[in-house]
Amino acid sequence: MIGASLGRIGAVAVFLLRVLGQCPAALAKPRAVIHQIYNAGARSLIIIMLCGLFVGMVLGLQGFDLLQRFGSEDALGVAAALGLLKELGPVVTALLFAGRAGTALTSEIGLMRATDQLTAMEMMAVDPLRHVIAPRFLGGVIAMPLLVAIFDIVGLFGAQLIGVQLMAVDPGAFWSQMQAAVELDDVNEGIVKSLCFGFACSLIAVYEGYHAPPTAQGVGLATTRTVVVSSVLVLLIDYMLTAAFLGR
Amino acid sequence: MSAPPVCIRDLYYAVGTRPIFAGVDIDVAQGQITAVMGPSGTGKTTLLRLLTGQVLADRGRIELFGESVAEVDKAGLYALRRRTGMLFQNGALLTDLTVFENVAFPVRAHARLPESVLRRLVLSKLEAVGLRGAAELMPSQLSGGMARRVALARAIVMDPDLLIYDEPFVGLDPISMGVIVRLIRELNETLGVTSIVVSHDVEELASIAHYSYLLSEGRIVAAGTPDELARSEEPVVRQFMSGAADGPVPFHFPAGDLAADILRRAEPRRRRS
Amino acid sequence: MKPQRSLEIGTGLFVLLGFAALFFLTTQLPGSGLSLGEPTGYRVTAKFDNVGDLKVGSPVSMAGVRIGRVEEIRFDPNDYRAAVSLQIESSFDRIPDDSDASIQTQGLLGGKYVGIGPGGSETFLKPGSQIEFTQSAIVLESLVNKFFANFASKDAGTATDKTE
Repeated sequence: MIGASLGRIGAVAVFLLRVLGQCPAALAKPRAVIHQIYNAGARSLIIIMLCGLFVGMVLGLQGFDLLQRFGSEDALGVAAALGLLKELGPVVTALLFAGRAGTALTSEIGLMRATDQLTAMEMMAVDPLRHVIAPRFLGGVIAMPLLVAIFDIVGLFGAQLIGVQLMAVDPGAFWSQMQAAVELDDVNEGIVKSLCFGFACSLIAVYEGYHAPPTAQGVGLATTRTVVVSSVLVLLIDYMLTAAFLGR
Repeated sequence: MSAPPVCIRDLYYAVGTRPIFAGVDIDVAQGQITAVMGPSGTGKTTLLRLLTGQVLADRGRIELFGESVAEVDKAGLYALRRRTGMLFQNGALLTDLTVFENVAFPVRAHARLPESVLRRLVLSKLEAVGLRGAAELMPSQLSGGMARRVALARAIVMDPDLLIYDEPFVGLDPISMGVIVRLIRELNETLGVTSIVVSHDVEELASIAHYSYLLSEGRIVAAGTPDELARSEEPVVRQFMSGAADGPVPFHFPAGDLAADILRRAEPRRRRS
Repeated sequence: MKPQRSLEIGTGLFVLLGFAALFFLTTQLPGSGLSLGEPTGYRVTAKFDNVGDLKVGSPVSMAGVRIGRVEEIRFDPNDYRAAVSLQIESSFDRIPDDSDASIQTQGLLGGKYVGIGPGGSETFLKPGSQIEFTQSAIVLESLVNKFFANFASKDAGTATDKTE
């Protein structure tokens, strides 16, 4: 059991190194990468914005209710901004990414394997790691921070909508307190997290797809594993990064 | 002349404990169509994977153009594969590219050609398989036979010295099958491409192959021209050529006693994962 | 050609939107946390016995209006006090030079900031001036300790009754 897990981690690490080795070559032909940024990013945009709006609105409601008990509902902007920037933005976006883009990547690559497309590439003396895996990996890594930033902005808008429009928090206090309390380090924490999550989710998705057994059941299981492993990994990395940032 | 395109000596290969090949020798002569026949499950596709270095043999030597596929490095293997075109059973077209881009794919990956030259090259190959008009379609819009013809155009776009066909006739209607047979023969005659056809369609192979090997139970049980095989008195060959259900190649997968098996049903069965 | 173009446009829009959002987050949210180019205004110093958890970048305000930010906090080994540099925006150039600086807390649990209380002098703070009158951060723990110390001494007599 332990041996198998270790072997798996080792296999993922070796796979990561092989993919990273192909990334410069993939970047040299950016068209495929652009295509994958579109697939992973632009196509997830609607769901990211929708969820960001609702998460922000919930933050507005809950935050207002909580802060009101201490008579400091003016700090709603701070609470919403920090909550979104540091935690909810990166984590919720990463979980949605795993469910939306990650599964699509895994099943696509798995089906390419099952229908011999990857083998055909190898037979054409074309390395599928370079032409299939690396662009998809890079697309995910690039798309994630952008998605997180959009999620944050829409979330802030949602919180503002509830707090200022519905609960009548003073808009000046909302924004000025937020601007006074949020530091560049807080924003950076969110960006670092989103980069790490993008890295992890994309890696898991392409790894599972690339190594999926070439059957319908195999691809299905691999897709499920992508969601499960990505989600657990995101929360684990989130804890470690949060601890590291607070420890500074 | 240079070394023969394919030379296999004393090949051993096993999956787990099940031997797939136990001492196989195959030679493919320059400019000929060589057929490798055999019942389903005798590892014909595995043979192709061994031949192209996707899997490595347990023992024995496999040479492509005089170079051992087990000993060359990755760059060397890719160089060998560039001289080899392969037609997959299901075509294996890249589903996110158009027909045109599929055929252009190996060219784009290996050479930097001006777009006009590339276009002429790709369209001429598509014309050769009769599908120039389908250039802008997506693979999902093609029938099985058309997909295989596109895959064939892709396999020949780099002008390979060796063409490998993996079960090219499976699942095709008689017309498509006739088209593929004609294409294999034409490509061989007009371009002089050495071809290996792996299949179990005896009649089609007999009409195009110069030389045939019959695989069974991990060994070459017969070899010769189609005529020689047709006249053979060997029971295995007779069974395969005539399509009898039972014979030296048993109808049943090896199993224990039927009655004992049925009685054991009462106990919970364990499945191998 | 058409699907390829719409794909590129879509990707372009997405990337543009993403970077705009990133830009907004990094530059607009942290207030003046990211100073673009040279900091404007002038710098004055103030020495405190205890700065609490005042941070570089914390706001400096007067009558609740933000007028600058903390530029630097260092320890002065000569008099064992904290020397704090305050960057005041140049539009606030009429601060009396006998004003006092105190470290205060935003709300009950908020961060620390430097509050400037105006003095009555006719001359104003100049670049490089030092604010003489300062009040240190109120450290909550010491306040609580003091309170409980008082409470305990007052309560010592009655404590025995309450154990019943």
